[in-house]
Order: sequence, then C-alpha cells, then structure tokens
Amino acid sequence: MKPRVGVVVFPGSNCDHDAYYVFKKILDCDTEFLWHKTTDLKNSDIIILPGGFSYGDYLRTGAIARFSPIMNSVIDFAEKGGCVVGICNGFQILLEARLLPGVMLRNKSLQFVCKDIYLSVINGNTLFTRDINSGKVLKIPVAHGEGNYFADDLTLKDLEKNRQVVFRYSSSDGTIDEAYNPNGSIKNIAGIINKNGNILGLMPHPERSCDPVLGKADGQLIFRSIINNIFN
Amino acid sequence: MFKAKVLVKRRPSILDPQGKAVEKGAVLLGMNNIRDTRIDKYIEFSVDSNDRVSAEKEVNEYCSKLLANPIMEDYEFTLIEWKAPEKEKR
Repeated sequence: MKPRVGVVVFPGSNCDHDAYYVFKKILDCDTEFLWHKTTDLKNSDIIILPGGFSYGDYLRTGAIARFSPIMNSVIDFAEKGGCVVGICNGFQILLEARLLPGVMLRNKSLQFVCKDIYLSVINGNTLFTRDINSGKVLKIPVAHGEGNYFADDLTLKDLEKNRQVVFRYSSSDGTIDEAYNPNGSIKNIAGIINKNGNILGLMPHPERSCDPVLGKADGQLIFRSIINNIFN
Repeated sequence: MFKAKVLVKRRPSILDPQGKAVEKGAVLLGMNNIRDTRIDKYIEFSVDSNDRVSAEKEVNEYCSKLLANPIMEDYEFTLIEWKAPEKEKR
C-alpha cells in the first residue's frame, strides 16, 4: 500500500510542484496540494513542507508561514507521530514552529548557494534512511541563502546523543570537513530529525534529484525509504 | 494610543555574517577602527489602547511569538504615549 502525500503550498513556495511531481509521477503515490489557509490534511500519511520563500522570507525565514492555519493541523499531526518532511524553506518553518530544535542563520559566505553537494548519511536507522546504509554518500542539490544551521552546545549534545543528525555535508567519498560545507552550518549539519524520529528537516532538495532524466536520482532513496517503511 | 519602538538583537554568541561583511566595507573605505558591527532589527508600530499595562502585555506577546525568535534573539522596547493625527485614525 502506498502512503498518501500532502504537499503544503504557502504563498511563496516554489518547490511545491517539484515535490508533487516526484511523489505523483515518479513514486506513484496519491498526492494532493494543501493550501496553507485550509486546515484539512486530506488524510495524508506524509506531509511535505516544500522549499521556496514563504511570505517573502520577511522578518525571518519561515517565521510567518509557521502561523498559517494549516500549520496548526501539521503540528497536531506531527505531535501524534505523523511523518513530516521539511525541505529547505520547509526546514526553516519546522525550526520556527519548534518542531525541530535550533535556528537558521544567513550563509556564512553571504552568498546564495545553488549547486550539487554531497551528503553523508549519518544515521541509517531512521524512517527516512532505513533503506540507505549509514555512511552512504548522496548527491543532491542545495539552493538557499539561509541554510547556516545553528544550535547551542546543549542542543547539539542532545542532537548527537539521540542520533538526531541524519545528514552532514561531505566530500564525494564521505569525508566530513568544513571545506565541503556550503553554508557554514555547525558540525556540517544538513538534516536532522526530532527525538521521536517522525519529523525530518533538511536543507538539500531531494525532490530535485529524483527524475533520472535529470542525471541524478539519489533523492529517491530518501523518499522510497519513507514509502517502504512508514507503515511498518 | 501608544507608539512602540522595538529593537530585536541577536545574542552576542550568535554569528552575524551580514555585520561581518559590512565591516569589511568599512575597511575598504579606509576606516580601521570599526569593530563588532551587528545588523539588528528596529520595528515600529502603534498600539490602539489607552491602558499601558495591557499595551505592554500585547507588545511582549507580539515580540516573543513573532518579531523575535527567543532561541537566538533578545528584544527590548519603549512605549510612548501618542495621539494619532486625525486622518491616520481608523
């Protein structure tokens, strides 16, 4: 049985159609757009908060979207164990909603970074990575100006202790070093989960690396892992 | 009616890449004594209330829930009694 997928659309989302296309056409899931002013998640099993510039990134990235009506339903769904994936701006929204710990700062370089990067899978035992081995390196693009993840020492210790760091920026052979970090994020963090393991936030765009026609499809590994394991 | 003037500042422990970049501009202009440039946020709005205590409560709520992210930012504000000009009144 395939899960039902809901892709939330905020004013300023611009990766919503990519996510919809991937889940509907490539992964063959029942997929629906969810307008941010509604509160009905349409029985979704997976909620995607897509990339983009919700509310123009005004005030802080994700700060206003976090109060959209649909977010009450998403928070409720997530707190009951529902699967939520925040990609890029979606990750920023998850941080502002406090569904994930930490904050996002402007890229250290101050530049908007748009390129393929390599991600090392740090924890291969999550809903999002169970079908990928720990240590596997994925090639997935990033595209953001504010992806410099930051958390205080206490939060970082907690993240490490609970194995909540799922992805780190690395070289193509899995070396984790500042040199491979596109935005200056602390400890090369690219993606984290909550303690219960049902919410993932990541800066890279797996949905842009799913259609083999584009010459890369590593993003599929993450989404297929969710699809294959969500009902287990 | 009150006028609120809010200053949202990042904690000193939080890196400010924008401030650092701007400071490089000062060096390019030949100013070598500029240190610790931080770009913060100044926000102004009015509060339609005649009661200072309730107005302060509302400003605190606005600041802590939306204008500032308490994980990385602190805020301070001043509330000034203010009479809106006739044409600006709702």
